Amino acid sequence: MLFDIRLPIGFIFTIFGSIVSLYGLLSNQNIYDSHSLGININVWWGLVMFIFGTSFLIFAFRKKAKNE
Amino acid sequence: MEPLLKINFIDYLIIIIYFIFVLGIGYFLRKAMITSNDFLLSGRKIPAWITGLAFISANLGALEVMGMSASGAKYGMLTAHFYWLGAIPAMVFVGVFMMPFYYGSKARSVPEYLKLRFDEKTRAFNALSFAVMTVLASGISMYAIAIVFQMMIGWSIHFSIFISAIVVLVYIFFGGLTSSIYNEVLQFFLIVFGFLPITILGLIQADGWGNLATKMETVVRGSTHIWSNLGNTMNNPMGIEWFGMVMGLGFVLSFGYWCTDFLVVQRAMAAKDITAAQNTPLIATFPKILFPFIVILPGIIGISLFPKEAFFSDAGKIDYNRILPVLLGKYLPNGMLGIGLTALLASFMSGMAGNVTAFNTVWTYDIYHAYINKKATDKQLLKMGKYTTVVGVLISIASAYIALGFANIMDYLQLLFSFFNAPLFATFLLGMFWKRSTGHGAFWGLLLGTLAAGIHHLLVSNGIISYYSEMASNFYQAIYSWTTAFVLTIIISLLTKPRPENELVGLVYSLTPKPVTSHIPFYKRPSSLAFAAIILTIIFNIIFW
Repeated sequence: MLFDIRLPIGFIFTIFGSIVSLYGLLSNQNIYDSHSLGININVWWGLVMFIFGTSFLIFAFRKKAKNE
Repeated sequence: MEPLLKINFIDYLIIIIYFIFVLGIGYFLRKAMITSNDFLLSGRKIPAWITGLAFISANLGALEVMGMSASGAKYGMLTAHFYWLGAIPAMVFVGVFMMPFYYGSKARSVPEYLKLRFDEKTRAFNALSFAVMTVLASGISMYAIAIVFQMMIGWSIHFSIFISAIVVLVYIFFGGLTSSIYNEVLQFFLIVFGFLPITILGLIQADGWGNLATKMETVVRGSTHIWSNLGNTMNNPMGIEWFGMVMGLGFVLSFGYWCTDFLVVQRAMAAKDITAAQNTPLIATFPKILFPFIVILPGIIGISLFPKEAFFSDAGKIDYNRILPVLLGKYLPNGMLGIGLTALLASFMSGMAGNVTAFNTVWTYDIYHAYINKKATDKQLLKMGKYTTVVGVLISIASAYIALGFANIMDYLQLLFSFFNAPLFATFLLGMFWKRSTGHGAFWGLLLGTLAAGIHHLLVSNGIISYYSEMASNFYQAIYSWTTAFVLTIIISLLTKPRPENELVGLVYSLTPKPVTSHIPFYKRPSSLAFAAIILTIIFNIIFW
């Protein structure tokens, strides 16, 4: 039947967060100087997305465990 | 033509992952689509927070997102009236007062409610006009996606139309309304995460809202306060005074849209029970109150912090619809740029999907089942729903080019709404709250109200009536059209035979028992949520007075 919407949202943001922050760690600082005021937005915002994604996953799996 | 943004493998990777998830959601939902009810109404079992987020997302298509930042640059904070004067009060009204009839009457669509409350011809008129409007809107979305993606990353128009159409088609064909709703919730979060960094970085660059507002005033005078410049049409960039603003936008256009447009109402109808249905628009108000900071502020940031030339079209004139795409490129490096583009792509696709699912339902239940095949079995209805998805997408492609030739897409959309939704809101207001209103009254009021909008539009475009701005003209058009429908419905109703009261139970306010909420904890009651939303909205109106 219907699956929990928190699962795909949790997965996609965990993946996006990991990719973006990893890329942020590996990329050259001058792309941040020319775009985001010198702030490494990839690392920071990637981390925000990662935390958001994993917390959705935790909610989803907790609920699943409770229902079973 | 050089594309605006330089995207690399990491951005493409993000876009590809997004496509996989979108299609995956449709794929995993396919087994849950057993009846036409599952496919077209989500089987009425979705929790309120999901339908609530879908409720705002369905409206948060690319036109809204880009149109709002374009208006933000043109009119400044005055654009926030679309939220703090328009949308929020209307959403509270539909949740508290109207949802009990939409949901409680067991109607499967807005036109079907009109059939139950009034008569067949009112339903037919609404179903047909809605079907036309909705595929038009869908076409505009598609056209917009193609133009923007060509400008931004150099994708050809044909490629963008093909890819968005095929993805939307596949995920709706398999997962129906549920798939559309789930993707809208995903899109909601993508928009927040994709666009919020622009507002944050812009405010950091400007060194706070105070400085940004000072700069904005030098570019567009009278654009950083929402009420104090409305005394006179000359003092604000929208060229409108408070009466036109409150009546036109605040009352007619916003209530017309949020209370009668099946595209959004359908999300609430998919909720699992009457409280969830009422709470759908009410939960939606809270993120909606904050959305001006994500969609309007980028416009203000763009026009105040960057030279105008940054937003010039190839013809060398300022193109307000370029503001958001240009800012994405200015502030977001590769990586986050992929997220920003995905957010834009998501809003394009779910704007279109929302239209397609609404079109599906109205065509299947209100046109096919009502007039073409009255004895259709549920199996046939499900099949029809699926085929209509294909046809709807094809018609959207065909209508994609109608959007050409308008500078500000939002104005164009408002124009469409004032043709259809404004008089319809008069019909609903009288239908739900005045038991004496009749089918003949409703039908002729609606027809002539729509006609009044058309005549007004002709007079304006021939220069016989003129306004300070296109926006002001749209607001007054809505007011005239609503008033025509309202007055004529009353007069004709009084001249025709009323329906017996026992047929109107569950359809009219005074004849329907109020939903009991005493067993629900107070923070989940529609009345408490409505109260909190109103207080918060008043606070924002005062802060930006």
